[in-house]
Amino acid sequence: MPDLFALEAVTVRGHGRPRLDAVSCRVRAGGITAVVGPSGSGKSTLLRCCNRLVAPDEGSVAYRGADLATVDVLAHRREVGMVFQRPVPFAGTVLENLRVADPDIGEDAAGALLERVALDAAVLGRDADELSGGEAQRMGLARTLAAGAASVGGASGLRVLLADEPTASLDADAARELERLLRGLTDDGVDVLLVSHDPDQVRRIADRTVALERGRVLDRHEAGVGGPAGSDRTSRAHEAGGGTP
Amino acid sequence: MSDHVSWAGLAVAIGLVVVAAGLSRWWRLGLERDALVAVGRSLAQMLLVAVALGLIVAEGTSVWWSWLWVALMVVFAALTMRRRAPALPGLLRIALLAVGATAVVGLGVVFAIGVFPVTSRTVVPVAGMLVGNSLSAGVVACRRLAEAIDERRDEVEARLALGQPWTEAARPLLRSVLRTAISPQIESTKALGVVFLPGAMTGLILAGVDPLDAVLVQLALMYVILGGVVTMTTVTTLAAARELFTSDHRLRPREPA
Repeated sequence: MPDLFALEAVTVRGHGRPRLDAVSCRVRAGGITAVVGPSGSGKSTLLRCCNRLVAPDEGSVAYRGADLATVDVLAHRREVGMVFQRPVPFAGTVLENLRVADPDIGEDAAGALLERVALDAAVLGRDADELSGGEAQRMGLARTLAAGAASVGGASGLRVLLADEPTASLDADAARELERLLRGLTDDGVDVLLVSHDPDQVRRIADRTVALERGRVLDRHEAGVGGPAGSDRTSRAHEAGGGTP
Repeated sequence: MSDHVSWAGLAVAIGLVVVAAGLSRWWRLGLERDALVAVGRSLAQMLLVAVALGLIVAEGTSVWWSWLWVALMVVFAALTMRRRAPALPGLLRIALLAVGATAVVGLGVVFAIGVFPVTSRTVVPVAGMLVGNSLSAGVVACRRLAEAIDERRDEVEARLALGQPWTEAARPLLRSVLRTAISPQIESTKALGVVFLPGAMTGLILAGVDPLDAVLVQLALMYVILGGVVTMTTVTTLAAARELFTSDHRLRPREPA
């Protein structure tokens, strides 16, 4: 089976040193892969290469064996969704936000999506700007799920979630809630690539890590939670809040 | 009323700007130098224009010289736009296209509906009104687009990440840019005759034309100018926005400051 993502000698130039410097690494399918490293190490750039918000200046990125330079990028982004460090609510109500992703979504389906991300369907009519940070981040996740659903006519078409430090701007409780949701997504067969600077979070929920420093891959190893990723995915030890493995 | 403003009369008018510069100095606004430079530049430029226009409208001069003037006006306007919004890539080509389109459409309408005949005396002043008004709106559109793409980068990328094409992802932002650039001209058109009496009409009435005829000419010009502003801002904004994205729907990285 091809790797979920395969980066070959990827260089992304910046205004000073490269943001990624000849990075080669492979991300296996299944579970949560954490991308870790200090600030400015290229974590977010690596993630953005995976949905082609950033294109490499040199090298290539493949998704399940297909070079991203050759795929239909809009369809790819609906299959490989992304949530950002800071929630980005669009102007309008929560329902209108979901309809940006899927213009045909009905209120029932929208309510079901919200419940899937632990939000009450009653917030559908609320102005998205009025949501708390945690609520807005979960709405962003629901919007990403809606975009995936739109691509395959209703059933969730989201296969991978790229999460760029999604808990960085949240309080501890909201962060734990989001971690639970990410874990729940992997149980539904969605692979998660998570950028995190929080070692405790990585220990709690990641199946494996890719470590970056100054635009280069330092090391890539199993997260030390026991066994290959495929067998870890249902382990209680990986449930957010389930204790230190 | 005298037919001529004497040099002494002009000096009195300049005296008012000197007073304004004095106030600026008193209040430490730092605008006195700019005000005096503006007077100097406008004086030199307008006297040159008067000499050149005199040559162009002289008996027996081909109207093609007027069209050449219009072409130079378009190039100068495009260069001004590029200078005022350096953050937008490829703007000179876009501005040439937008200003050119505005001039062609606007002048075409003015002459086709017979507001003025096509003569050496009419081509340059009408083009000046059209290009001048549209240029201001075009500059506002460019500067606002550059600011908006910087302020709302996260939103645009979030929309792209949902699988929206760049045209969709940028639409809310482009809508607000166009509204900002076009609204002042709509407000001016609304205030016509109530708040201000525009120059062409005033000039025609002072020259002895029947006020109703003068009003009709002015209205036709204002509507054409409004159309020109819409053409200019739409062409500029859409074409400049296109340059901010790649063909595979990525927002280009910020240029270093």
